[in-house]
Order: sequence, then C-alpha cells, then structure tokens
Amino acid sequence: MTGSTWQVTFKVYRQRTGEKPSHQSYSLDVDPDEYILDAVERIWAFHDRTLTYRHACHHSTCGACGMRVNGREKLTCITTIRSVTRNGGTVRIDPLRNFPVISDLVVDMGNFFLRMEKSGFDSVVPLDKANLPYESTITRVSEHKHEAERLADCIECGLCISACPAANTDHEYIGPAVLASIHLMYTQSPSQALIDQADHHTGLWRCHSAYECTQVCPSGVDPAWRIMDMRKKIIGNRIKSIFTRPNEDKKNA
Amino acid sequence: MPNQPEAKNWPRWFDPRSRSLGTFGFILNRITALALTLYLILHLIALGQLAQGPAAYDGFIALVKNPLFKLGELLVIAAGVIHGLNGIRIALNSFGIGVRRQRSMFVILMALAVLCIAFFGWKMFMEG
Repeated sequence: MTGSTWQVTFKVYRQRTGEKPSHQSYSLDVDPDEYILDAVERIWAFHDRTLTYRHACHHSTCGACGMRVNGREKLTCITTIRSVTRNGGTVRIDPLRNFPVISDLVVDMGNFFLRMEKSGFDSVVPLDKANLPYESTITRVSEHKHEAERLADCIECGLCISACPAANTDHEYIGPAVLASIHLMYTQSPSQALIDQADHHTGLWRCHSAYECTQVCPSGVDPAWRIMDMRKKIIGNRIKSIFTRPNEDKKNA
Repeated sequence: MPNQPEAKNWPRWFDPRSRSLGTFGFILNRITALALTLYLILHLIALGQLAQGPAAYDGFIALVKNPLFKLGELLVIAAGVIHGLNGIRIALNSFGIGVRRQRSMFVILMALAVLCIAFFGWKMFMEG
C-alpha cells in the first residue's frame, strides 16, 4: 500500500432476471494498490447491498472472481486498481462473456464445470506432469518420501472461455479450459475416450487460433499450446494410420 | 438469459477492443476470406461476359482498366497475400510448429505481406 488516495469511478454492470442490463456508477476513494475485488466488496458493503458477485479465496486459487475489467478478462483478486486506471479515471466492470448472467456479475458456470468433470480433470497431479514440456520441471524435495504432487494450474475461472471468439458464437464448443484439461489427462494416460471428447467439430477443430485463452489465463495453463499439441498428436495418429495395415493394428492391439 | 454464446453474436468477432495480437490475426483472416469470396463471385460474373460475345467482353475489359478497378485488384492481391501468409502460420501452429512463437510469426509474416503488396502496387501503378 502506498498510502496515497485516488478517486475512481466504478461503472458496474447490473442485471436482474427479466430486466434490461445497465451500468451503475459508484465513486470511491481508493488506494491504487488495492485490488479490483476490494473495490467491488466496498461497493457492496457501503453503497449497495443488492450487488451480487462471486469471490472466495482472495489469492488467485479458487478462480471465483473472474470478471471483465475495462473489457478485459481479469481475476479481480490479483488485479490492482493502479494497473487498469489512473487517479480520476473510470473502471468498467462486467461479467464474463459466453456464460449466461444469473445476476449482476454472477454467471452460470454449471455447464463448464460439468464438461471439466467429464474430462476427468485432476486438480492435483504428479509434479513432473503438472508442468508444460517447455517449462523447467520443479525439483522434487528429496526429503519427501512420497511422490510429490502439486495443484495443476487450471483454477477453472472461465476467463479463457470468456475471451475466446469461437466460444462467442457456438454454445456447443467445449472451450479452451476443457480442451487443456483433456490434453493434460491425455499426456498422463492416453486413451481413445479422451481423443473422442476432443476430436470433433465442437472440440479441437472449432478453435480458430486467436490465442486469447493463453493471453488471459492467470495460471499459465497455456490452453492454446495444449490445443495445438493435441491437434498435432491427432494429425500424427491419422497419418500413421494411413501407413498401418489393419492387420498390424489388430496385432498391436 | 443474456450473454450466452449464440450464432447472432458473430459481429463481435470484428471488435478489436481489449484484444491481443492473435485476435487481430483472427479478424484479418475473416475479413480477407469474405473479400476473396466476394471477389470470386464478381470474377465469375465477369467471365460470364464471355458468353455474350466479343463486343460485350471487350467493353467490360475497357471498364476494368479504370484506375479504381486497378485499386480493387490491388486489394484482391492484398487479401490473398494476407490470408495466405496468415493461413501458413495457422497451419504450422496446428502441426505444433511455432506455437510459442506465433506472435513473432504473425508480425514477420504481416511485414512480408506489406512488402509484397507494396511490390505489386509499384508494378501495377508505376510500371503498368
């Protein structure tokens, strides 16, 4: 905290069932090093108790507080006010795109969570498999007798789906987070069932390479890289199958 | 409920606000694809003039020698070059090549596209 005070106007999206959406303005004196979520909470506590929003951990682990800040998908618990505006400026806060709005800043992520569950996503995976191949693997702590595990990066915040232009027009598209999850599971334990979940027109092939998912991901999951790597694997398998006789397939099986 | 993914949201594809370089590539590919499709239709209509005899065709050729049509032709070349080079980037990425370097690839290929367009522009307007 700097101890300085900025006056900032927050234009917050408001939406009630059956009503037209609008933006409501709240002027607040804030410390510029506070987070956007702090300001939203203060609006709720001191200005308008009807404002609804989601939050939990306040340290970018739960993924609940994803919103659009000045049009860009952000995890509001780690986005400082200083990084998005200036003294006397305005901050516009909207719900995530591509999820139905339940109320104000709260969106329905039920369908997304079901798809993540279907992919068999493990939030905890062995350490050497939690990293992306181009990252250096975190060294295991030798005094641990048990196999080391850590949280897999995806916090299921939905920012990638909100930012994805392909998800904007196709509600059947399973989206970057789910595809990244399928890739993670496939690299641990390859199976045809996982390929079947991804290899269709509303899966891997719906992605149009805008790379917004990777840009907005607050956890470094790099969904775009995972989608392209999964494509590479599937294309490779198809090319191999051209040169493999059906009998050899049976023998190998 | 509002805010759901719907086909009618397609105009948002062309909104570059608060977007990164990848979306600019995405938008460019869509605009150039639409432009090339429109050109293909016009091209087929022009070829249809052949069926109406040499006089009609000669008249049409005289019309397209107008500088405005030349500018249109340059725009077609620009669309083809941009779409083609951007398509190469996307195809390479889909084979897992250069995914981590896609931004640099986009900048380099679009710089190459600008050079190509400038070259053809020079040829068409200064020498042609």
